[in-house]
Amino acid sequence: MPQSNSILVQMDDAGVRRDGKWLIRHVDISVQRGEIITIVGPNGSGKSTTLKVLTGILKPNEGKVTGAKGLKIGYVPQNLILDGTMPLSVRRMMNLTGHIKTDAIDATMERFHIDHLADAQVQSLSGGEFQRLLLARAVLSKPQLLILDEPSQGVDFSGQMEIYDYIREYRDQTGASIVLVSHDLHLVMAATDRVICINGHVCCSGTPEGVANNPQYLDMFGPQAAQALAIYRHTHDHVHLPDGNVQHADGTITDNCHRDDGHHHN
Amino acid sequence: MFEEFMLRALLSGTALSLVSGPIGCFILWKRLAYFGDSLAHSALLGVALALFLQIDAIFGVFVIATCVSLLLIALRSSRMFSSDAVLGILSHSALALGLIAVSLSNSGKIHLTSLLFGDILAVSWNDVWVSFGVTALILFLLVLQWRQLIAYTLSSEIASVERIGFWGSEVLFMVLCSGLVAIAMKITGVLLISALLILPAAIARIFSRSPEVMAVVAALMGVASIIGGLLLSLEFDLPSGPSIIAAATIFFVAALILSRVVLVLTDIRNP
Repeated sequence: MPQSNSILVQMDDAGVRRDGKWLIRHVDISVQRGEIITIVGPNGSGKSTTLKVLTGILKPNEGKVTGAKGLKIGYVPQNLILDGTMPLSVRRMMNLTGHIKTDAIDATMERFHIDHLADAQVQSLSGGEFQRLLLARAVLSKPQLLILDEPSQGVDFSGQMEIYDYIREYRDQTGASIVLVSHDLHLVMAATDRVICINGHVCCSGTPEGVANNPQYLDMFGPQAAQALAIYRHTHDHVHLPDGNVQHADGTITDNCHRDDGHHHN
Repeated sequence: MFEEFMLRALLSGTALSLVSGPIGCFILWKRLAYFGDSLAHSALLGVALALFLQIDAIFGVFVIATCVSLLLIALRSSRMFSSDAVLGILSHSALALGLIAVSLSNSGKIHLTSLLFGDILAVSWNDVWVSFGVTALILFLLVLQWRQLIAYTLSSEIASVERIGFWGSEVLFMVLCSGLVAIAMKITGVLLISALLILPAAIARIFSRSPEVMAVVAALMGVASIIGGLLLSLEFDLPSGPSIIAAATIFFVAALILSRVVLVLTDIRNP
């Protein structure tokens, strides 16, 4: 249960199991009001699964997730592909619910520099334009929680900076919380309050500086990552078994991969 | 030459087209082109069931089609088979079971040809009123849930997180399709229902820039195909169901050529 009203949504010991395999297990995350959280981790480590549990798309098979009453969430999914089978203008996509005022739509499209594309068909947009549209659409109804699964995929460098600038601006203006998955560590860290490193479970978490110096983070991301968190690389000395336990390099099995359990070797 | 059976055929065909257009659009958007086939094939089983229970065929078809569509939703979450494989399995099993059931219950009451290809010229006034009633109900629900259905079709994840649509949108859509199949069976027959779903929507796609326009144009193209097909059938003494689909095909090809020509002309004007 959320212990205070400063918590928007909370995962307690949550686990998701698919086809007999735990995608994530024993995950505890609580999202505070006004906080920007970045989730990092290798491919297939359960980052998107974690976001889907937070949004309520996936029900955890173990543990629980509790959200504040009447919590309004804006969501940018990963890999949303809109092919040309449905004719759809940018303006129509912005107003999926049909309840949003034209002024608000125009102002938001302007803020994201897609106002000149209002009448363009969605499938004609470039990758960067499409991601800006998805983000613009998600913030339009002023959600208290934004959940963004790789919001800068397919976006060029300056476009990525714009997106992260906007995310911080949105938090500062509205006091909303933002949880995002990103691979652009060097860019995203400046706008992040807390980093959570996931690899089937929460490996470590804390401020970007704290995590950068955290031995577990270094294990996972390599020592270069400490230098401005610029390089995203993994060396794993343990594997996560289908039952959620961890097998270490020496063959021992424990239920987590923490260094202080005495089984973690580099 | 304009006789009453023609009027009944035109009216029931129009009623059917008004819903098959918009629903056909969703079939294209959701990539469910085979879904219409599966539902339609299950209609045969429905007819046999209705005969067995001594109820009106339309109810039997509706019940069986609804069961098949719910089965589809359940099976679609399987990772082992893709959606089109599941549809193929459902479609052919339903057709085979239906043919067996019909042949077992055959007491001379069922004409297989008219079930398969429809007999729009033989519809009764009662059929006409039922068609209009079901059409009005489907259109009402479709308009009521339009935004939610569109949002859910674009991204079920966004729709459910932001509470725009809900899982019920999917079920509602399947039920509406079953209603459509139930009234379509007498008019176009089992084998041609999905053609009347897909062709008018495909023609409409060529000329539309919003989902709403596409749905309306699809409905109109369906009506045009009914009129064109019935005229063809009357003029050349052709079977009516296939003539309707042939008319729709002619419209589709004409629309494709027209859109190409327009494209080339604008290119010439704005080099």
